[in-house]
Amino acid sequence: MTVMSYLGAIGAAQREAMEADERVVIIGEDVEANVYGTTGAGKSRKDKGDFLEMFGANRIRNTPISEEVIVGAAIGAAMTGLRPIVDLSYSSFLYMAMDQFVNQAAKNRYMFGGQASIPVVFRSAMFYGLNTGAHHSDRPYPMFMNVPGLKIIVPSNPYDAKGLLRTAVDSDDPVLTFEACLLWGSKGEVPEEEYKIPFGQANVARTGDDVTVVAISSAVPEALAAAETLAGEGVSVEVIDPRTLVPFDTEAVIRSVQRTGRLVIADPAHRTCSAAAEISAIVAEEAFESLRAPIMRVTTPDTQIPFSPALEKQLYPNRTKIEDAVRRVTGLMANTLNTELTSPAPRM
Amino acid sequence: MDLSSQNLLEMQRRMLRIRRFDERASKMVKRGQIPGTVHTSIGQEAQVVGACMALGDGDYMSGNHRSHGHPIGKGSPLGPLMAELVGKATGVCQGKGGSLHLADFAVGSLGESGIVGSSIPIATGAALSSKVLGNGKVSLAFFGDGAANQGCLYEAMNISGVWNLPVVFLCENNQYALSTPAHTVTSGVIADRAAGFGMPGVRVEDGQDVLAVFEAVTTAVERARRGEGPSLVEVVTYRFNEHSEGLRLGTDYRDAEEKAAWVERDPIVLFRRHLEREGIATAEELDALEAEVLAEVDEAVRFTDESPYPDPSVAFKDLYTEPIGAIA
Ligand SMILES: Cc1ncc(C[n+]2csc(CCOP(=O)(O)OP(=O)(O)O)c2C)c(N)n1
Ligand SMILES: [Mg+2]
Repeated sequence: MTVMSYLGAIGAAQREAMEADERVVIIGEDVEANVYGTTGAGKSRKDKGDFLEMFGANRIRNTPISEEVIVGAAIGAAMTGLRPIVDLSYSSFLYMAMDQFVNQAAKNRYMFGGQASIPVVFRSAMFYGLNTGAHHSDRPYPMFMNVPGLKIIVPSNPYDAKGLLRTAVDSDDPVLTFEACLLWGSKGEVPEEEYKIPFGQANVARTGDDVTVVAISSAVPEALAAAETLAGEGVSVEVIDPRTLVPFDTEAVIRSVQRTGRLVIADPAHRTCSAAAEISAIVAEEAFESLRAPIMRVTTPDTQIPFSPALEKQLYPNRTKIEDAVRRVTGLMANTLNTELTSPAPRM
Repeated sequence: MDLSSQNLLEMQRRMLRIRRFDERASKMVKRGQIPGTVHTSIGQEAQVVGACMALGDGDYMSGNHRSHGHPIGKGSPLGPLMAELVGKATGVCQGKGGSLHLADFAVGSLGESGIVGSSIPIATGAALSSKVLGNGKVSLAFFGDGAANQGCLYEAMNISGVWNLPVVFLCENNQYALSTPAHTVTSGVIADRAAGFGMPGVRVEDGQDVLAVFEAVTTAVERARRGEGPSLVEVVTYRFNEHSEGLRLGTDYRDAEEKAAWVERDPIVLFRRHLEREGIATAEELDALEAEVLAEVDEAVRFTDESPYPDPSVAFKDLYTEPIGAIA
């Protein structure tokens, strides 16, 4: 084992994937100079381990700011023999290429009767919680969950970030990985040897008996912190990190809820049509008899992300909100309307 | 170009405002007094002010992430801009936008965009409204050499060509898009692309010369105002500071000698020399102007410091014109 940051783990996975298969290429803005720190050992071009030096300009492709063609060309290249990793930097920039994601990446294999496979990985990071305002703070994975044909992963720690990214590169279908910028600096143990984490297998991050908390991306460390506090109050919380949203490990969640009878879902996306909404629906359909309290969602309310530090941070799921939701489903706190959890001003 | 001494001094004043404002913002972001990140226009003041002053007060403009210079150049007061950068309630966008998303409709600033290229169609639409309403307003879209490779620019140029819209596409070619040198990602010359849309395209080679920029943009604005349609103006310039301050991205992609040569061509120093040489102002008068601007920036910071943060409920305000019920 060795200790790595989340960002370092992504860089390591990219390097291993590049070394393992020469059809793997990296395409994106500013990847040559390693501006974001995932295409080299450090943030500086001069640091050793520079990808451009290691793999050459034929495989490290610095692009113009042209997301639509970056995404589209990666799809075309994937259909004809390459296995591109596309670095889109911020998740908010995926919208620039929405047509290519939805109409080409997701549909081509299906529409053309299985004649092509599309082995391409689209990496992007969600920069929310950092006071960059509405144009950089999106958490758009639920929008893409609504597009059949795309796989979606949301790693929450360095171990998963590395192992899931290796599997993503091996996948013959398009994969979107949503990294959480808030977690980039977080450190964790990662095996020295190569490993891959299969999609569709949730991680039980903490076992417990009273309440199941399904937490997504940066909500995972918050849920774990909440579980620790609640343990002190005599409430035993199980924390499940689905790791991949498409495919989704329905069984792991159902099994847990059948035992605990209570479900809270912490999801940094906007509430309406969030991943939490989908997970709630699945559990309501498949484990209704096991539920001893209404399912509660802790999400970001349906408003855009404001810039001011006085306005932003409290919008996202945090340990306090998760704790309160758990107290409500266990009856430790009066269970009033959900909206109070997420919106300080329910009516305007 | 017929410019009064007063106009010339106003150009210098606005360039100085941008410089001192951005210097202060850069310091404040490094000290954590401004949250997030700022993109400064230091080094590009001539390009910004030359373009803004070619527009009338009622004319429109849209901009990008390198955002403070545009509204300042168009005459926006500094206090609410600085308060916005800090996220105060008195900010020009009530603290909701921040550095990346300034907008001051009072001076025709329709919004800076954090998404590269995304605001070019907005300026195009403002030109459409001017044309339909017949109000004689011209619209200008500021965008970088990087944004010049976004498809929406060409969609905008085409539609404004066929609709004969009063719009100026103003490319701020500072020769880099973040770490990427423009020549490595740009096929051909940006200004030449105008020919494909049947509109004039000019390249101002010395974007450090505020009068050269002013002249080229004035020609384009007058043409638009006469109803003769859109133009593309590319201005070659250089940013002196990092792409973005507060983000701590990799920084060693620019050659030190190249940078030093451009810093030598400081647009404010160059124009000050011009003003003195032409007898438009004395050294003492120009010193006094610099002191006035510095005081303005100090005052903007004081205004910001004394302003309250917005109430948390503001996070839910202005999503719709009429609230649609409880926000879940
Ligand atoms: C659609 C989109 N892609 C990428 C980015 C990230 N980004 C922000 S600024 C920038 C460089 C822009 O270069 P240019 O247009 O030349 O403007 P400059 O910063 O040089 O003024 C990049 C890549 C973004 N904000 N939006
Ligand atoms: Mg540029």
